[in-house]
Amino acid sequence: MATPRWIKGTMDWVDYRLPVISFVEHHALEYPTPKNLNYWWNFGFLAGIVLVVMIATGIFLAMSYTPHVDHAFGSVERIMRDVNYGWLLRYLHMNGASMFFIVVYIHIFRGLYYGSYKAPREILWIIGVLILFAMMATAFVGYVLPWGQMSFWGATVITNLFSAIPLVGEKIVTWLWGGFSVGNPTLNRFFALHYLLPFIIFGLVFVHLWALHTHKSSNPLGVDIKGDEDVVPFHPYYTIKDLFGLGVFLIVYLAFVFYAPDFFGEPDNYIPANPLVTPPHIVPEWYFLPFYAILRSITFDIWFVPAKLLGVIAMFASIAVLLVLPWLDRSKVRSARFRPIYKQFFWLFLFDCLVLGYIGAQVAEEPYVTIGQVATAYYFIHFLVIVPLLGMLERTRPLPESISAAVTKRGKAA
Amino acid sequence: MTDTAIPSPDAPDTGESRRDFLLITTATVGVVGAALAAWPFIDTMNPAADTLALASTDVDLSAVEEGQSITVIWRGKPVFIRHRTPEEIEEAKAVDPADLIDPQTDADRVQKEPWLIVVGICTHLGCIPLGQKPSDPRGDFDGWFCPCHGSHYDSAGRIRKGPAPKNLVIPPYEFVDDESIRIG
Amino acid sequence: MHRFLITAVTAAAVLFGAGPASAAEETAELPDIEWTFEGPFGHFDRAQLKRGFQVYREVCSSCHGLKRVAYRNLADLGFTESEIAEIAGEYEVEDGPDDEGEMYFREALASDHFVPPFPNDQAARLANGGALPPDLSLIVKARKGGADYIHALLAGYEDEAPEGVELGDGMYYNAYFPGHQIAMPPPLFEDGIEYEDGTEASIDQMATDVSTFLAWTASPELEARKRLGLKVLIFLVVLTGMLYALKRQIWSKVH
Repeated sequence: MATPRWIKGTMDWVDYRLPVISFVEHHALEYPTPKNLNYWWNFGFLAGIVLVVMIATGIFLAMSYTPHVDHAFGSVERIMRDVNYGWLLRYLHMNGASMFFIVVYIHIFRGLYYGSYKAPREILWIIGVLILFAMMATAFVGYVLPWGQMSFWGATVITNLFSAIPLVGEKIVTWLWGGFSVGNPTLNRFFALHYLLPFIIFGLVFVHLWALHTHKSSNPLGVDIKGDEDVVPFHPYYTIKDLFGLGVFLIVYLAFVFYAPDFFGEPDNYIPANPLVTPPHIVPEWYFLPFYAILRSITFDIWFVPAKLLGVIAMFASIAVLLVLPWLDRSKVRSARFRPIYKQFFWLFLFDCLVLGYIGAQVAEEPYVTIGQVATAYYFIHFLVIVPLLGMLERTRPLPESISAAVTKRGKAA
Repeated sequence: MTDTAIPSPDAPDTGESRRDFLLITTATVGVVGAALAAWPFIDTMNPAADTLALASTDVDLSAVEEGQSITVIWRGKPVFIRHRTPEEIEEAKAVDPADLIDPQTDADRVQKEPWLIVVGICTHLGCIPLGQKPSDPRGDFDGWFCPCHGSHYDSAGRIRKGPAPKNLVIPPYEFVDDESIRIG
Repeated sequence: MHRFLITAVTAAAVLFGAGPASAAEETAELPDIEWTFEGPFGHFDRAQLKRGFQVYREVCSSCHGLKRVAYRNLADLGFTESEIAEIAGEYEVEDGPDDEGEMYFREALASDHFVPPFPNDQAARLANGGALPPDLSLIVKARKGGADYIHALLAGYEDEAPEGVELGDGMYYNAYFPGHQIAMPPPLFEDGIEYEDGTEASIDQMATDVSTFLAWTASPELEARKRLGLKVLIFLVVLTGMLYALKRQIWSKVH
C-alpha cells in the first residue's frame, strides 16, 4: 500500500526524534511469530484487553462512587439506577473481573501444558505469577467497595488471617484495618489501593511483554524457532486471529453482562453490610475458591505451629510454588504433546483444581473437609513430587525437526 | 515488509479485490462498533436522572409581600425574587434603554410587573450581590449592590454602574398559577 | 482436545449442578414460575406492575420500605406526572433546618425517594416484636431464587406447622424460609385487596404481581438492558463472522 509522501514524511520526522513508529513496526507488525500457534495463544491478548476494559469502566465508575461506609452501597445503587448507562458500566466491571480470571487461568494452564515456563522464559513466567498476585489483591480490595454483606464479611475473614502471624499478627491486622475492625478507614484505603493496583498490573504487563519479546513466543511443539520458514509476521496473521478471538470472547462476556449479569455473584452482596449479622454462608468470589479450600484444609497443628497459620502459609504457598516451577520441572522437553505421562498428570492436576474450587464453596463439614485435604495434598504433590520425578524419568516422544517441518508434514498428511 | 518464505498477503493476485472488500467492510463495521461502544462512556458523564429531577424548583409566591425579597436555590444557584412596589416598577420603566450598559427594557425582563426574578450572581466575577435583606445596601439605583467590585444594579436587575458587563440573568420560569412559579 | 472437553463438562456439571449445601434443613424446592421478565426477550407487563405496586402500597408498605426507589421512577409503570405528584404527596419528608433552626416536615415531591415506614431500624424493630422487616428495593436480587423465592414465600404459608415442629413466640411456619420459622405473619389473603383494574385478587395473583413489581424495583434497567443486549450481540455475531472470514482468507497462504 503506497503511503502518501506527506504522511511518510511526518512519520519519519517523528520517528527520528522518538522511534515510536519503528517501535510499533518492529514489535507489532513485522514481529516474527511461530506460524503454528493455536487458539490457546489468544488468551494473553484477551487478558490485556480485559485489563483495559476494567480500567476504563473503573475510572468512570469512580466518578460516581463514594468510598464512605454510610454512602458506598447507596452510591452503587445510584450508579445502577440514576447514572446514564451506570448499570452497564457496573455490570461490565463486575463481570469483567470474572472474565479476567477465566482468561488468565486458561492462559496459565496453557503455560503448564506447553512448558512455556521453561528456559529461557523463566522470568516471563515469574512476572506472570506476580501479575496473578496483583490481580488477586486488586479483586480482593475491589469486592469490598460495594459494602454489601459479603464485602464486609469477606474482608473481615481474610484480613483476620494475618493475625495468625506469630508475635506481630494482631498489630498487622490493626494496621491493615486502620481500626479495631473492618470499618470506614479500611474501606477508604481499599478504594485507594483498588485504584492504584491496576496501574501496577499495567506496568507488570509491560515488563511481561518485554520479557516475551526477548525470546519470542513459544509454540505448541515447544521447539525453538530455527529460521524464517518457521515464522510469519505478527501482522496481519496474528492481528486478525487475535481480533477474531476477541470477537468470540466479547460475545461470551457480553452475553453474561446483558442476560445473566448476577450469575457469578452472591445474592448476599445486595444486602447492605451489617457488622452485627454474619451471613450463614460466607463464600469468596468463585475465582478464589480453590485457594479458600486450601486455606481451610489445614485443620491440625503441626508441632508448635497452629493450624490457622499453617492454612495461611499453605494458601500463599500454593501460588508461590508456581514461581519455582521452572526449576522443579527439569524435563528438556517443553510441550506436553511429546510428554505422554506428564500429559495425564496435567489433566489430573486440572481436575484437582476444579475439585478444590468446588470444595471451597461447601460448608466446612465432612465429607468435604477430607476431600479438600486430599485435593490440597495432591496439589502440592503434583508440583513437588510428580513434576520433578517426571522431569527426570519420563521417556518423551521424539521432537520434530523444526516448526516448518512439522507444519509441512501436517499439510502433506492432511 | 521483510522478505519471508511465506508469500506476503499483500501480493496482488486474483483474490485481492475480494480480500480488499472484506477487509474494508470488516474494518468499517469494526470502527462503527467502536464508536457505538464509546458512546455510553461519554453519556455517563452527562447529568444523571436524580440530578435532572432537581432541575426545576417550584416556588410559592403567596407569602412574599410587596416590597419583600426572597432568595431560593435553583440548580445550586441563588435566585432573587422581589415583589416590587409600584415606585420600583415606575423607576424601572422610566429608564431609557440607550442609557444602559446592557440595553434592555423592563418589559423584556418581567412576565408580571410586580414580580422580578433574577439569578443572584453578579455578571462580573460571580459574587452574590447585596439587596435582599431590608438592612442591605441597595446601591445607587434601588436594586442591588455587589460589594466585591462595586457593581450597581437597578430595580429591574440591570447593571447601571460598575465593572459588570451584563444585566442579572433572568432564569427560565413560568407562572404555574397566579401565586406560584416553576423555575427551570 | 477431547480430554479437555470431558474434564470441562464434568467440572461444569459438578460445579453448577450441586450448589453449596445448606447447614440447616433443606428448604423446600421452589416452584418454577414463568415470569414475563425472564429470558432474552423478557419485559415487564405494565398492568401487572401497577397491580404489584398496589399490593405493595396496601399490604407491605406499612412495615417494609422501598428507599432505593424514587417516586419519579413510577413513570416507568405508566403513571402521569400529576398522578406521581399525588402519590408522593401522601407522604411526608423531613426537611430543614428552617430559618429558625428547626427541622420540619413537608409533602414528598416526585424527586424524593419512597419514605420508609419507620425513621430507623430501632423503631422498626420496636413495632415488629424485635424483628426487622427488610427494605424491599433489592429483595429479588438479594435472595437466592429471586422472584421464584419471593412468590413461594408469600404464597406458601400453611395454616399449621407440621408435626413435631414447635414454633417460637410470634413466629409463623413457612417451608420456604431458611429455618422454616418467619416473624412475618401471612400477608396475603384471598380478595385481601380490590385491584383497580378489576383483576381477581387471589393469593397467587397478588404474590405474582407483587413479585414482578419487586423484580422491577430491583432491576429497573431490565428491559433496556435486554433490548440493548440483543442489538449488541447481533452486531458482534456479524462482526465476528466477518473477522473469521478475513482470518481464513489471510491464513489461506500458510495452510
